[in-house]
Amino acid sequence: MDMIRRTVLKGAGATGVLAGLIAAGVLKPTLAYANEWNKAAFEAKDFDAALKAIGGEGAATNPALSMKAPEIAENGAVVPIDVISNLPDTTSIAVLVKKNPLPLASVFEFSGGAQGEVSVRLKVSETSVIQAIAKAGGKSYSVQREVKVTVGGCGG
Amino acid sequence: MGEPMKIRAQMKGDVAEVRVLMSHPMETGMRKDNDGKTIPAHFIQTMTVSLNGKPVVSGQLNTSVSRNPVFGFKIKGAKAGDKISVTWKDNKGDTRTDEAAIA
Repeated sequence: MDMIRRTVLKGAGATGVLAGLIAAGVLKPTLAYANEWNKAAFEAKDFDAALKAIGGEGAATNPALSMKAPEIAENGAVVPIDVISNLPDTTSIAVLVKKNPLPLASVFEFSGGAQGEVSVRLKVSETSVIQAIAKAGGKSYSVQREVKVTVGGCGG
Repeated sequence: MGEPMKIRAQMKGDVAEVRVLMSHPMETGMRKDNDGKTIPAHFIQTMTVSLNGKPVVSGQLNTSVSRNPVFGFKIKGAKAGDKISVTWKDNKGDTRTDEAAIA
């Protein structure tokens, strides 16, 4: 009986320590899972501010990070963008549209077996640079393409 | 609840290719209706892709993701018959989950 009580107490103590660590921010139970919308980054109207909010400033280019995007998009409402990272240990990819009213379009975090690769379709308000920021091994990397948007709405 | 998603997951070699089509207006909050009134923003903010119940991709989206969003992901270490589930939640608190087996 006493043994069981001790085990339970020990277990409770360990849980307490864990909770303390989580509270102190040492452990992030959320890591990829709680998935909270980064309001400050998404509502940033300034491209540099949005880039900074996701930790993408000064990111270096790397041949292992590439982007597929149309050179000319006839329909700015649906512009397909593929970002492919072959950087080892890619943990996230963010996509920004420089000239959009809200530049940060999306952020994807990968865990388990998910590869550092994502396809997404974006609204692009005018001809703009599309920039992707990948995080791998604790560093940020960048790749960009310019997409020309044909104005004219219905293609007339 | 929104309309059901279309999820297609297929093994290509040792990697599962997952494509998801969500049905959502993705309203920016910047458009005006015919009476000149601003149409309020209504868009998916977060999404999660899980493999056999374990989250593998978590995404955060802005209003600039196209209407009826389409996404593609690749997951290693999955096999045919494994379960892919996708959940989204929008800025009005509406949420939807759908699942499919990897072919």
